[in-house]
Amino acid sequence: MKLIKSIVRPNKVDEVRDALEKLSIPGMTVTEVRGHGRQKGHTAIYRGKEYNVSLLPKVEIEVVVADAVADEVIAAIITAARTGEIGDGRVFITPVEHSYNIRTGERDI
Amino acid sequence: MNPRSGVFGRAGRVLVVLTILLVSLSGGLAAQEASAPPPAQEAEAEAQMQVVAQPAPVPEPAADEAEDEYRADYDALIEEQGQYAYAFDFFTISMVWTVIAAGLVFIMHLGFATLETGLTQSKNTVNILFKNMFIVCIGLLTYAVWGFNSHYPGDFNGFFALGSAIGDLNADGGSTFGYGGVALAMTGYGDFIFQAMFAATAATIVSGAVAERVKLLPFLIFATLLVGLAYPWIGSWHWGGGWMGGLNDGNGFKDFAGSAVVHAFGGFAALACVLLLGPRHGKYVDGQIRPIQGHNMGLAAIGVFLLWFGWYGFNGGSVLSASPGPLGLVFTTTSLAAAAGGVSAAVVSWVFLKKPDLSMGLNGILAGLVGITANADIVSAMSAIVIGLIAGVIVFASVLLLDRAKIDDPVGAISVHGACGVWGILACALFDNTGGGLTIVGQFIGVLAVGGSAFLFSLIVFGILKAAMGVRVSAEEEAEGLDYGEHGMEAYPHFQTAREM
Repeated sequence: MKLIKSIVRPNKVDEVRDALEKLSIPGMTVTEVRGHGRQKGHTAIYRGKEYNVSLLPKVEIEVVVADAVADEVIAAIITAARTGEIGDGRVFITPVEHSYNIRTGERDI
Repeated sequence: MNPRSGVFGRAGRVLVVLTILLVSLSGGLAAQEASAPPPAQEAEAEAQMQVVAQPAPVPEPAADEAEDEYRADYDALIEEQGQYAYAFDFFTISMVWTVIAAGLVFIMHLGFATLETGLTQSKNTVNILFKNMFIVCIGLLTYAVWGFNSHYPGDFNGFFALGSAIGDLNADGGSTFGYGGVALAMTGYGDFIFQAMFAATAATIVSGAVAERVKLLPFLIFATLLVGLAYPWIGSWHWGGGWMGGLNDGNGFKDFAGSAVVHAFGGFAALACVLLLGPRHGKYVDGQIRPIQGHNMGLAAIGVFLLWFGWYGFNGGSVLSASPGPLGLVFTTTSLAAAAGGVSAAVVSWVFLKKPDLSMGLNGILAGLVGITANADIVSAMSAIVIGLIAGVIVFASVLLLDRAKIDDPVGAISVHGACGVWGILACALFDNTGGGLTIVGQFIGVLAVGGSAFLFSLIVFGILKAAMGVRVSAEEEAEGLDYGEHGMEAYPHFQTAREM
């Protein structure tokens, strides 16, 4: 199994979820995060004082999938989340040893 | 959110409630109109007049016993007014307006609470709300046991009068038109409660300026003394009939609803405290001003709208009767000044800071309101607009200048209430269209006396507290947040389990 951790723009979350649904990926965990890669921040202003905002809001979507479908899922996520501008985000893959269902206690492979 | 809510979703429910309110309001108004008595007739001018003047020619009492019973009660009510029965209608309406206005001024505390909460960090929210809650309560209590009689002592030396607890304010004609005539058309209790609501608003101005780093106990002690002692003392100089009646070559100081005795008073007290307190950590670093953002612009905006709403009682109620001419004028000038202040501060911040700043626009509205508070009943509608426009510019400049001078005021209280309070007082002389004989010098002396005295009082009292117990929380507590340090509470608890973690 692979843990696919995607960090995407907040306004792309719906598209990514639709793509995952099309591939019958049933579960995911979504977190609001802040960060940046190469994307520069922007200048904000509060009561007359400018300041730099470089920790930008993003959304992290985690799914755990079987090895066999991982590549397909990754490609679908990237297509859904891409805008072509700097700041589109990243996808990280890590191996997962086991996965247990809490309700049934079953261990998936 | 329930996807099947359909037409009875949130919007639909709001619509239904509004419709119900509208229908009941119209029904109530229609009923009131139907039962309003005809205009009163002049009473005969005879000293020992015993017969109660009837409001209108009345039909013979019906044979129906129920009607006789109501009739007797009503006549008794009129008789309580004694010789002032002729003014019953005007008096009653004025008194109703007064107590409604008192309630509107009370709403301003809700406005202050939400505004200050919105413009400060979430880790200090409980602390801010606690201070606001305490101040309104202690303000009312001290005004009842000391302030009212110190504020309005009647005959006194013009400078200071001891306070005392209020007695039965309905006694000795206090519940009749004779209490204050047309100029003060309310009962003694009406007078008390309206003024009591004002007192606490003056002290709460300080709570915003000292936010996020002041120690709770010394602040509460200071606020109690400020609203309990200083407010009625300094207020007696003007509204209590004190020495400021001699200003403007004997024409008297003009401050219609308290630009000086409430707003400048609070603003300059705040300035003294802020100077003694010092800025928040991390605000002024390496010669740079660092923004420390408020955590909820929604609450801030709600707060300002509530303050504007309450200001209709603050200024409107200061007409001190239901006199239609001044009442309509004051509502108009108050509204126009608020609007002008909001627009000018927003535009100026847009031009000078490249982007329109919401918090500046909100402060601008308040600036306009403070600016018109001194003169709402003596200026024209167009003058009110000008006064508001200038107030918006003043508050913008003041916020920036204070920051440059390293005077940290998280909510802009000193700029809104201090700077624009002074402007409102001077604007009296500049825009008075009633020929009241006001001079810039006279007005300036008055506001200098009020603001300066508030400043000195605060410097001394807060200074003593600083020496005795310290007025600032530790750096660690400031970093962690006063909610946890002072109150052991969080305003926004995050992960919570039923059991203690």
